[in-house]
Order: sequence, then structure tokens, then C-alpha cells
Amino acid sequence: MNLTTALARLLIFPGLLFAVPAAWFFLWVERKAVARMQGRIGPPFMQPLFDFFKLLGKTTPTRTGVGGLLMRAWPLIAVSAAAGAVGLLPVLPSSGGFEGDLILLLALLELPSMCIIAAGFSSRSIFGEIGSAREAVLSVSYNVVFLLAIVSIAASQHTFRLEALAQLPPSFLRYLGVAAILVCLPAKLHLNPFSLPNAEQEIYSGPMVEYAGPELAMWELSHGLEWVAATGLVATLIAPPMTLWWLGAALFVALSFAIVLLLSVLAAATARLQIDTTVRFYWQCTLIFAVLAISSALFMRLRS
Amino acid sequence: MKLWNRWMCICRRRSPWLFHMNSGSCNGCDIELVASLTPRYDAEQLGVRLEGSPRHADILCITGPVTRNSVHAIETVYGQVCGPKAVVAIGSCPATTNVFIDSRTLDGPLDRHIPVDVFVPGCPPRPDAIIQGIAKAAEILAERGTNPPPPEPVPEADPDSEEEEL
Repeated sequence: MNLTTALARLLIFPGLLFAVPAAWFFLWVERKAVARMQGRIGPPFMQPLFDFFKLLGKTTPTRTGVGGLLMRAWPLIAVSAAAGAVGLLPVLPSSGGFEGDLILLLALLELPSMCIIAAGFSSRSIFGEIGSAREAVLSVSYNVVFLLAIVSIAASQHTFRLEALAQLPPSFLRYLGVAAILVCLPAKLHLNPFSLPNAEQEIYSGPMVEYAGPELAMWELSHGLEWVAATGLVATLIAPPMTLWWLGAALFVALSFAIVLLLSVLAAATARLQIDTTVRFYWQCTLIFAVLAISSALFMRLRS
Repeated sequence: MKLWNRWMCICRRRSPWLFHMNSGSCNGCDIELVASLTPRYDAEQLGVRLEGSPRHADILCITGPVTRNSVHAIETVYGQVCGPKAVVAIGSCPATTNVFIDSRTLDGPLDRHIPVDVFVPGCPPRPDAIIQGIAKAAEILAERGTNPPPPEPVPEADPDSEEEEL
């Protein structure tokens, strides 16, 4: 992969030029699906775009000192990390050079959630701090399962390179891992059964409470990009390898859309759980499956 | 530049985010405001979202006849909403203090403290009326965002009131 194709992947597909409209589209699908589940008509198609530009046109409160500087920086870091994660997804086959690395992708996927935690604490609002604490607890809970699932997939296929993982024929173990990742996605995307950090009613949307205007627009965008990256990761893991590149791209978009729909319907159908219930769910119920997956992966590896 | 302004005007008109504040209301108008977001009325079709934080909001929806205790809170929250912003007074109470007129625990009506753009009268007003009021406020907001805003009438609070609170 030479520099031009690398730049094209980062900037056009599946990078920024694809990811930003896809982020807005997925945010719309989420709101629309919830509205349809509640028997409403829901927001118009362009709604996330209107929201984004409206927020860009608003003023922000004056922020001073290092705290203010940090508060401005967090949303930008989150957006660039999420955009980088989307750009790394191995949708199109490449030839040699830098190929997407699973560990880098995981780090980039984790960075927005770290930024949210830091943003809540640097806003110095009591609600922001509660939201950040919840996000931290949640992240410790679901990440164990999430990482174990991904490690089990990688271990069963003997590689940490995303490109190679996406090209290998899928196995039963990979589907087990994908199921574990899917269980973690609602928590990663702050969706309803696990939407604790950004609970509107209890803690005034948590870490975002002090953000306004363009900064809030960047948070919305980073949330949308996280949608694209997280669903895209699952889509690349379950999509069978395609010979035609445009068929692969179309399948990637269709699978991402299906996962967004699934998660939104789940979000509309459930109510928010308490933090201790959530932690118990991840540590007691799902951890067993993740441990099973990784132990069977290691066992398979020892046998082969 | 002109095109950009028109685009921003459309965006502001089509995405009004609300912050709901109760200034001693009997809860009647509050229920009606929530009812306007329910499936029957579905204000989200207009892009309306009820936000948890005043920092996120464009339109401040205030119910209630403004009790003495809530005056400072109203001024604080009005200051926390980032511009361009609009205020909708929901119900007869913030407009005229309604049946509580001449009560010594009140410091209303609302427009003595902050500039109000739209009054939605009624006790309580129907959700349709509230949605119409919000749509009107969104238009005012869009206009205000595009044209240079008029000098904001300073609320009558004394400037060192915040220090008193601290």
C-alpha cells in the first residue's frame, strides 16, 4: 500500500469523507428507530446535520486557564481518535505496507471514552464528575469482556493484523467472539440498558453537562464516529472475504446498518439499569463466556 | 457568506433544543410540555429535544408564576444558556401570575426578570399550543442568530448577587 492509497483510505473510504456522513446517518437511524419503536414519526432525515451546524453557530462560555484549555482539547482528541479508528478498518483489501493493526484500532476505539472521563472531571461540575466516575466503572467492566473476546478471535487465527483477520474464513469461535463484542457495544456506545454515564434525567447528561456550542458539536460527531467504528469492526469480523472491492464495501455498509438498527431497537426496548446491576452483569454473566472463548481459543492453538 | 447565513438560519430553526425550568408551577404545564414530546404530539418531528443541561439548550421553557425563591435560579439558568437563545413562557402563570396574583411569595410575572419571546397562555395550555409556541420561538431564534442581536435587556438583578450566594 503506497502513500496515495493510504491517504485515500484515511480521507475517503472508509475514512473521513465516508465516516462523517455515515456518522450523521447512524445518529439519525438511532433516533428514528427509537421513535418508530415508541410509535412516533421521529426526526427528519437531515436532523443530525441541522443539530451539528446549529451547535457550530452557538457561542461557548468563556473558559480560562489550563482547565479551560483541556476542556477545549478533549472533544477534538476524541473526534480525531474515532476518525482514525474508522480509517483503520480493513474494508478494502490492500497490498503490503501498513496494514491495520488490531491493537492500534482498540486503542483508538478506547480513546474517546477516556476523553469523556477526563472531560467530565475537568468540567468540575458535580454531575460531570458523577458521570465520569460511572463511565470509568462501566469501561472497566465491559472492556474486560470486549478485550478478551477480541484476543480470543486473534488467538484462534494466530494474528493481530486486522487485514489478515478479515481475510481469513470465519470459524465458530469467531462468531462466539463477535457475540461477546455485540454484548459490549451498548455500553461502549452509551446506549440504553447501559446509558449510565450520559443519563439525562438523573445527572443532566453527565460529563457533557458543561459543554456548549462547537465543543458539544464535536462530542456529537465523535459519538457518531464511534458508532461507525464500533459497528464497522463487527461488520469486518463477520463479513466473508469478497473478491470484488465494491461488493465488500457495500456489504460492510449494509452490515453496519443492520447492527445499528439492532442496537437502537435494543435501546428503545430497555430501560436504564443501575450501575451495580450493570457491573454485575458484565462481571458475572458475560465474563464466563469471554473466558470460555479465550480458553477454547488457546486450547485450539495448543492442539494445532 | 449570505448562503452560509441562510443555511445557519435553517439549521437553527429546525433544531430547537429545550431546557425546561419550573419556577413554582403547579406541575400542570410541566406535564403538558412532556406530553408534547409523547407519541400523540411528537415534537421531535420539528427537531425538538429536551436537554438535561441549560448549556446545550437554545430555548428556555419556563413554567410557573416565578416565586421569590426561584428568581435567582431563573437568572442564573438564563445566563447559562448560550446564545443565540429564546425564552418561552408556558402557561398563564409566567405571563400574568394567574390566580396567584398579589401573593406576597411571588416576584412575577416572568418578563420582569428576563426577556420573554413567546407567551403560551392557558392553564394549562394544550400540547399543540406549546408546540406552536416552540416553533415560533425557533423562528425568532433563527432570525436573531442571523441578524446582529439587539442589545440584551439586562435583568434587574444587582451585579454582586452571585457573590452573595457564594
